[in-house]
Amino acid sequence: MSIEISGINKSYGDFVALQDINVSLPTGQLTALLGPSGGGKSTLLRIIAGLDTADSGTITIEGSDATALPPQKRNVGFVFQHYAVFKHMTVAKNVAFGLEIRKRPKAEVTRRVQELLELVHLAQFSHRLPSQLSGGQRQRLALARALAVEPTVLLLDEPFGALDAQVRKELRDWLRRLHDEVNVTTVFVTHDQEEALEVADEIVVINQGRVEQIGTPDQLYDEPANDFVMGFLGEVTTLGGKLIRPHDVEITVMPQHDDAIQGVVSRSLRVGFEARVHVLTDDGEEVSVVLTRSHARHLGLEAGQAVWVRPEPGALAVPSLRAVTA
Amino acid sequence: MAEVKEIRQHKSAVTYLLRFFVIGYLFVLVVWPLSEVVQRTFAPVEPDAAGGFGAFLERLQDPSVTYAFGLTITCAFWAVLINTVFGLGISLLLVRYDFPGRRILSVLIDLPMSVSPVVVGLALVLAYSSGSGWFGEGLESVGIFIIGSTPGMVMATAFVSLPLVIREIIPVLEEIGTDSELAASSLGANAWQTFRRITLPSIKWALAYGVVLSLARSLGEFGAVKIVSPGAEFRGETATLLIQNRYTNYDESSAYAAAFVLVLAAVLALVVVTFIRRPEDRT
Repeated sequence: MSIEISGINKSYGDFVALQDINVSLPTGQLTALLGPSGGGKSTLLRIIAGLDTADSGTITIEGSDATALPPQKRNVGFVFQHYAVFKHMTVAKNVAFGLEIRKRPKAEVTRRVQELLELVHLAQFSHRLPSQLSGGQRQRLALARALAVEPTVLLLDEPFGALDAQVRKELRDWLRRLHDEVNVTTVFVTHDQEEALEVADEIVVINQGRVEQIGTPDQLYDEPANDFVMGFLGEVTTLGGKLIRPHDVEITVMPQHDDAIQGVVSRSLRVGFEARVHVLTDDGEEVSVVLTRSHARHLGLEAGQAVWVRPEPGALAVPSLRAVTA
Repeated sequence: MAEVKEIRQHKSAVTYLLRFFVIGYLFVLVVWPLSEVVQRTFAPVEPDAAGGFGAFLERLQDPSVTYAFGLTITCAFWAVLINTVFGLGISLLLVRYDFPGRRILSVLIDLPMSVSPVVVGLALVLAYSSGSGWFGEGLESVGIFIIGSTPGMVMATAFVSLPLVIREIIPVLEEIGTDSELAASSLGANAWQTFRRITLPSIKWALAYGVVLSLARSLGEFGAVKIVSPGAEFRGETATLLIQNRYTNYDESSAYAAAFVLVLAAVLALVVVTFIRRPEDRT
């Protein structure tokens, strides 16, 4: 086990940021800390890095107790949401920083910087200042800088949060490939469930300072531990008092099954390749259904149309503990 | 820059009126009085003697004048040095740490700017004079005299120009945030390395700006120094005190010469400041 987090508690005044967190992160894996903003995931990451201290609990990195170690002794690489590149240094100098602090021989530093800049595709920009780079390039620079010191763990705090959607998508594919290439234990914080599901080997869902569930993306999606995880990992709607994914709702214009609930289409809209239909059931539930456009056209779903809805056979449904507006 | 040009293209009567008013105001308030000083500076010492640059230099070479400028430079040097070190420390403390009384400290730092320098001088006398001061007797017993000697004048100067460095650094420190510093420490840098290689380069222009302002202010300090200094020739007479003394003793020509040097120093400071501002704007 690369990182062992046990019994971590952290409060800011009355606000409990983290409550009894116990997580083991295996060596070489790419783990996502996923949760809503203010849920405590960034705080946990900063505690692992030593940028914040826990009120109680221990952090063990590669078998040695790091709880009381200052950040510079933990050998972790940290990448910030807003890059935190050194503005007054060139790209090459930024990457060399950690190596120069470690007083590595000059030739080695030059060689390693060159290697890393090639790895992050910034080799041709080595003499530029960070202000001459785009957001995505700056974040890649920050990543190269963190990797330069050969950290035991690479920690990324919402690494793509400040980038626009297109660059974000590109960078997360790239991060996955980079991780497979470098194979350093990596933990990244995100509030974007799609990002976590796509990139991570394992996801730790954190909400209101607690771990809700730990598992692979498939486990989390297929077997959510509770309604929060279910709701956070994807869209949900309520049908017959249960939480269900909108694409798991079967919709027909004829009563074909006994368990189907009758309702009326209240609204129908098309978003790109899919159609979203809102059905008001006779029980007064508002169910949202997602289906392909062609399917919707085939059924001729318009507002006012009488329909029957039921969970698709084998669909995942979780008892709803709270009101969900889908 | 583009916006400025656009504004300049629309010249109306109001523009000209405003321009006339501003120039007129500046002329009456600043340019004309200062030009009088310059004129008197280069006027002949005696009605029949030669004027010009020679006369000016001659007045400056008077030993009491060189002494006064030497003392001014000494006081300003130490005051600026103290303010730089202390100012950096206080700025970091105020921006990077949260502690009880932080806001009060922040307000207190502005006090020297708002309180009259004369009051500063009086306060220092009350605290440090060997007769009645709180610390004066103790210090006197170990052979240190503050009031009526150079240390007291350095203190008075430092007190008055204290906020200048701090007020320049604080906004920049706030703006750069802590991320780069934290990044440096996670890369293995200790506190000193982080300060030297990350924090200091980020605030260097603000610091330089503050130092120049502080220097200009220190060179021209009068009120506070006047109270704590014996103020006699060769005994605690700084350039500004010399100007006052000479002027009241009908030795106006050397007063003007000394004043001119102070004006030159101020102009120089402004020029330096303009050059410092430029790289800051670029980023």
